[in-house]
Amino acid sequence: MIDAVGQPQSLLVLGGASEIAQAVVASVAGRRCRTVVLAGREGPRLTEAVERARSAGVDQVEAVRFEATDIEGHGELVRSLFDRFGGFDMVLVAAGVLGDQQADEHDPVGTARVITTNFTGLAAAMVAVADRLRAQGYGRLVVLSSVAGDRARRANFVYGSSKAGLDAFSQGLGDALAGTGVSVMVVRPGFVKGRMTEGMDPAPFATTPEAVAESVVRGLERDAQVVYVPGVLRWVFAVMRHVPRTLWRRMPA
Amino acid sequence: MTTPATPATPEQRATVPAAPSSPAPSGPVVVRTLLTGWGRTAPSAADVVEAVHPDVAAAAVADVAAGRLGSGRGIIARGMGRSYGDAAQNAGGVVVDGTWMDSVTAVDLETGHVTVGAGTSLESLMERFVPQGWFVPVTPGTRQVTVGGAIAADIHGKNHHRDGSFACHVTSLTLATPSGTRRVDPEGDPELFWATAGGMGLTGVVTEATLAMIPVETSYLLVDTERARDLDDVMERMVTGDDGYHYSVAWIDCQATGARLGRSVLTRGDHARLADLPTKLRADPRRARAFVPRTLATVPVTPPSGLLNPLTVGAFNELWFRKAPRREVGRPHHMTGFFHPLDGVAAWNRLYGSRGFLQYQFVVGDDQGEVVRRVIGRLAKVRLASFLAVLKRFGPGDPGPLSFPMPGWTLALDLPVGHPGLGRLLDELDDEVVAAGGRIYLAKDSRVSRDHFEAMYPRLAEWKATRARVDPDGVLRSDLGRRLGLCEDGPGSAAPTHAPTPAASRAADPPREQTR
Ligand SMILES: Cc1cc2nc3c(=O)[nH]c(=O)nc-3n(C[C@H](O)[C@H](O)[C@H](O)COP(=O)(O)OP(=O)(O)OC[C@H]3O[C@@H](n4cnc5c(N)ncnc54)[C@H](O)[C@@H]3O)c2cc1C
Ligand SMILES: NC(=O)c1ccc[n+]([C@@H]2O[C@H](COP(=O)([O-])OP(=O)(O)OC[C@H]3O[C@@H](n4cnc5c(N)ncnc54)[C@H](OP(=O)(O)O)[C@@H]3O)[C@@H](O)[C@H]2O)c1
Repeated sequence: MIDAVGQPQSLLVLGGASEIAQAVVASVAGRRCRTVVLAGREGPRLTEAVERARSAGVDQVEAVRFEATDIEGHGELVRSLFDRFGGFDMVLVAAGVLGDQQADEHDPVGTARVITTNFTGLAAAMVAVADRLRAQGYGRLVVLSSVAGDRARRANFVYGSSKAGLDAFSQGLGDALAGTGVSVMVVRPGFVKGRMTEGMDPAPFATTPEAVAESVVRGLERDAQVVYVPGVLRWVFAVMRHVPRTLWRRMPA
Repeated sequence: MTTPATPATPEQRATVPAAPSSPAPSGPVVVRTLLTGWGRTAPSAADVVEAVHPDVAAAAVADVAAGRLGSGRGIIARGMGRSYGDAAQNAGGVVVDGTWMDSVTAVDLETGHVTVGAGTSLESLMERFVPQGWFVPVTPGTRQVTVGGAIAADIHGKNHHRDGSFACHVTSLTLATPSGTRRVDPEGDPELFWATAGGMGLTGVVTEATLAMIPVETSYLLVDTERARDLDDVMERMVTGDDGYHYSVAWIDCQATGARLGRSVLTRGDHARLADLPTKLRADPRRARAFVPRTLATVPVTPPSGLLNPLTVGAFNELWFRKAPRREVGRPHHMTGFFHPLDGVAAWNRLYGSRGFLQYQFVVGDDQGEVVRRVIGRLAKVRLASFLAVLKRFGPGDPGPLSFPMPGWTLALDLPVGHPGLGRLLDELDDEVVAAGGRIYLAKDSRVSRDHFEAMYPRLAEWKATRARVDPDGVLRSDLGRRLGLCEDGPGSAAPTHAPTPAASRAADPPREQTR
């Protein structure tokens, strides 16, 4: 169960090998979390994530196959996981791809891959999750969105628009779940130094997976609906949204 | 007394839209309802069954056990929702609202033995029986609790040092369990009786209980009040003087730090005899025994935010301390003011705003007074707004394996939720309590870790064995039980039985009345 200070005892991660997700697992494991299911693409990264969760002190860790674009399978996967584990206190949606903007904006398949992974596939999985959480009468659905979705940029609009879609969907779902005991928290990190951004120049206010994890735990503590990491980005992006188009267009990646 | 049998629970009870009730021709009506405890933290939705009669409660337990009711997430009883945390919640499962079971079935005004429905509130017992010369044997800091809730938490009062806990005054109870309804008394089946006392509803639904009330001549107490300058001072006074009083409690000003840490007001008293009262009351014995609770004010649903902050709380505490007489002896106080000063303000829990609050209450042995000092000191340092802490001295422990009281000091204080690191801080305080051989109180808890809990209640295995005797399949479940590993959900629980569609919505149902 979730306690009065928002801490979960069980966690399902969609995108279980994500670096940010691994940091979140370590944070909640240091508090109350005893059961973690990592749903992700099979491979050494997922195996490593399982090991890390174990060494963080989680009693029960399991990995299951999850391919975000395999939309037909989502209902069954979510059903079987909730049945087997008797429910989850928290579900973290962490899968995502950055894509290659320069190539994708000329490649129908590349564009569709980013959007199907980041938005369509996850939204499909989230409705299945939401129904189970609603039935169990409580739960926290935490979605890793991005500031890139606050306003799509010329240099990054395929990814940005996919996050904008996911973000808007999550907020709507949160409203649909009001009064059911289930709540949705949208997390909007800025530039996070790690695998996804490897080789890129850090943007201003760059942060780390560990800092994102701390903000997630803090958000759970105060039952937040939207969390920016770092927090100052909330104000930065409040301004960014109003920068004139001609100027915005030139924002670097 | 004609209190209508409406549930008087002022916590969130909005009816959840889009959850159709089963249109079954037989069986109880269930309504999905969002529930919290008094602290208004960690809400969860459950299918609430109104136990309009003990038979309905017993049938609900049997139906859930047989898989005819609910979606495999068990059943728990709920009283007036005055436990602070998640004890009377059952996410996704069935909750039996016991407040309807409030009839008086037998009374012996010679001996003071009364048999009442478990949903009867202590308030209604007082309204009925104080004018008849009988008072409840144990009362908590609010009268708005049910007899069932009082047994399930095995509550204590300001008289624990001489009278023990509530269940010590229960001579018999009726318990609806998954393996049938039975009468349980402390002589016939002490194991089950004492697993139920303090068992937080997880051994069954109490539907009826017989209590031994205590005789009183009036509804007044003669109260001695003294100010104590610090913790040593108040503890010294309590150790040397408590035995001379029926009731004793100290209110500590948590804002006082340094040399003044623990400064407090000690109030102790005894039931007043008619002859003790001023002439005017003495002349009118009916008035001298009158018991008419009044609500002076109700906190609005959305109070001004930031009402409770270190500044306002500091000012309040200062004022309150200065207002208390330095020393006053034998002053008559009405029961309502002495026992339940907060009951005059309905729904005061809303003062803490939407994130809610929690209460931290622990007990440590007589020789562990230093733990009390360190806890107050650490909480004072982070300046978490808390009005007052309550310090009491417990007498010998009670027989229940999960009963809270043990001889020593118990401190209780309210803390707003949302402060960064509050969870961590309380975990560290728990470390101290465990190291001192103490424990925290489940009726107030909403966050203790399993490891701490298990270390605090070494007789847990014994309790589990007794529970398994009446509930072998673990049908009785609550959010608190899940959180602490007292029960668990098997595979396959809470599959959605319906795709919620607007057509099936019960959104037209108005949220329940919030009467108090
Ligand atoms: C302002 C305030 C002051 C308080 N002061 C004190 C105090 O001084 N001393 C003290 O000991 N406690 C104190 N309490 C706590 C309170 O006495 C207990 O939490 C009590 O259990 C609340 O009773 P309830 O009817 O509201 O039960 P609920 O809060 O609804 O339920 C509490 C527990 O009892 C179980 N339960 C309820 N009814 C039944 C039933 N019919 N059969 C089986 N189980 C049942 C529930 O499952 C749950 O586990 C205080 C609470 C408040 C809000
Ligand atoms: N890093 C940043 O700067 C940043 C900033 C803001 C928001 N975010 C968001 O935060 C989330 C986590 O990112 P991260 O930084 O932890 O990066 P990451 O380590 O690359 O994590 C992304 C995860 O998504 C998984 N994934 C990708 N495509 C998938 C698919 N089709 N099906 C299933 N899983 C798939 C990846 O699996 P594999 O391990 O198999 O590749 C990977 O584990 C993402 O949603 C990301 O968009 C990141």
